[in-house]
Amino acid sequence: MNSNAAVETNQGEVKEKRKRKRSSTISRRKYYGLLFILPFFILLCTFIVYPIVYSIFLSFHKWDGSILPPQYVGLDNYVALFRDKFFYKSIFNTWFMWLVCFIPQLILALGLAAILSDADIKGKGFFRWIYFLPVLVTMASVANLVFFIMDWKTGILNQILMSLGVIEEQIQWLQKIPVARLTVSLTLCWIWFGYTMVIFMAGIKAIPTEYYEAAVVDGANKWQLFRYITLPCLKPSITYNIVTSIIGGLTMYDVPAVISASGAPQSSTLTMVMYLYNLGFRNYNMGYAATIAMGLFVMVMFFVAIAYSMIMKNTEQE
Amino acid sequence: MSDKKIELSENIVIPEKIKSERKIRPGRILLYAFLILLAIIAFFPFYIMIINASHTSLDIGTKLNLLPGDQFINNIVRAQQGQNVIRGFKNSLIIAVTTTIIGGYIGALTAYGFSKYRFPGNKILFWIVVGSMMFPAQLGLIGYYQVCNKLGLINTYWALILPNAAMANLVFFVKMYMDASIPDAIIESAKIDGCGEFHIFNRIVLPMSIPSISAMCILNFIAVWNNLIQASVVLTQSEMFTVPIIIQNVRGFYRNDLGAVYGVIALSIIPIMIVFAVGSKYIIGGMVAGAVKE
Repeated sequence: MNSNAAVETNQGEVKEKRKRKRSSTISRRKYYGLLFILPFFILLCTFIVYPIVYSIFLSFHKWDGSILPPQYVGLDNYVALFRDKFFYKSIFNTWFMWLVCFIPQLILALGLAAILSDADIKGKGFFRWIYFLPVLVTMASVANLVFFIMDWKTGILNQILMSLGVIEEQIQWLQKIPVARLTVSLTLCWIWFGYTMVIFMAGIKAIPTEYYEAAVVDGANKWQLFRYITLPCLKPSITYNIVTSIIGGLTMYDVPAVISASGAPQSSTLTMVMYLYNLGFRNYNMGYAATIAMGLFVMVMFFVAIAYSMIMKNTEQE
Repeated sequence: MSDKKIELSENIVIPEKIKSERKIRPGRILLYAFLILLAIIAFFPFYIMIINASHTSLDIGTKLNLLPGDQFINNIVRAQQGQNVIRGFKNSLIIAVTTTIIGGYIGALTAYGFSKYRFPGNKILFWIVVGSMMFPAQLGLIGYYQVCNKLGLINTYWALILPNAAMANLVFFVKMYMDASIPDAIIESAKIDGCGEFHIFNRIVLPMSIPSISAMCILNFIAVWNNLIQASVVLTQSEMFTVPIIIQNVRGFYRNDLGAVYGVIALSIIPIMIVFAVGSKYIIGGMVAGAVKE
């Protein structure tokens, strides 16, 4: 709102100026360009940049989120972080659940993208739509649904297994560590495979058809086309997908947090962001939570840098 | 127009077509069986959810329901008595719509600034936009809470609207679109006709960029609608709760009332499905339009 008014008054000013002495178009345009990007950057600085800077500041302090000012404690938080076995456990959990989610997702997405890019398949649009749907649905809803499928007392899984006579009595699936982790991973895999598939389909579309035509003339079969043309040409797309998936995976929160807020059983599904949230907003240990964020920051920034350089390379080529 | 283009571009990737006319059938059938099985797996949870939402708690807890029942309205009414779900929808809708409109406008304005103006530092500033596009907001969670606290935004809609209105992905893609499909000549001629800079954006550039803006706005709308972690940091009063927070706490709210639980979960998915049904064309259209112009 304010910026609109500002722009209007500025417009008036500029017109006046032009009457007095014809300011050059270039300098006038400079001025408006900066003005147009200003609102965006105000929001960016206030809500993205400043919070990071403040987290860095807070990681050297002890603070309970109250009106009392943060207390400087030097490197104490960092020393504690390096000795914190829950922190290491949350790192392991996050990477483990990401890996178990990503490998099947990658294979499935690649295979489906190759299959659905083949024009012979009927109902391509339908399949693409239905596979894509899980990505859009609120993760909290999906996670709750999975919880109720796996729940021991009223869960659908136990109902099915019992009605088939596979098990005698209800099993507490989510109390078993491997099952709990696998549940999170497979849920995330189920959510993301359609999205990854669509990305790869776009990549396949960009491969020149001449490559395939030449190979077909040489007598290549479908597997060979996939192995020696599709896969190598998709390599940048796959790499980019791996990197962005790692960034998303390291900040995993919604699904495991809804299935179990504390990361039960025995913190085996506690991710780094869950640990950060629980310490900061349940235990009100804001300073230490900021230190955890810094640990996460170092890990994430490495992959952000890779993804970033890939995008820049791509845009410069165009 | 764009529909035809989609069809065309889909038909391009068919080098095998010539060959596969004579392909053996059993392989095909197996392939379809696989695709259909996956489609069932992808849709099964939604199906169970919608079906269970229309049964009594007792039925849900004791047997596997595969056909719709008639308890949906009852379940929703009971759910509403336990926790103000409708208010939650209102909150989510206000936040998501306002964010999308403000963010779409600010983002398009920024994209225009980067696309058609040369000013000192424009490269560096654009790099910052690209960087923030990949940067996960969760890293600044503690500081974000502090900013909202200092600005007095805790338990207000603005705490979620303002941060999410800075849509870096929109700026990036709309800038690319403007670079490719808005000729400088149009802007120049409007200027000769005496249009002000701001007027040119509102009357010419904005309408011309609508396909790319709306595509990114839909994606961002969904992201804001689904946002859980930021909402759970800044919204603590139950009348301010958004849909994802209600969903997260649904087990606590309704305990053993599975009918209410499933009712609320089913209800939460409906808006997204509507947006996708309406918007999937826009998304694909925008993407294709951007690609064709290259």
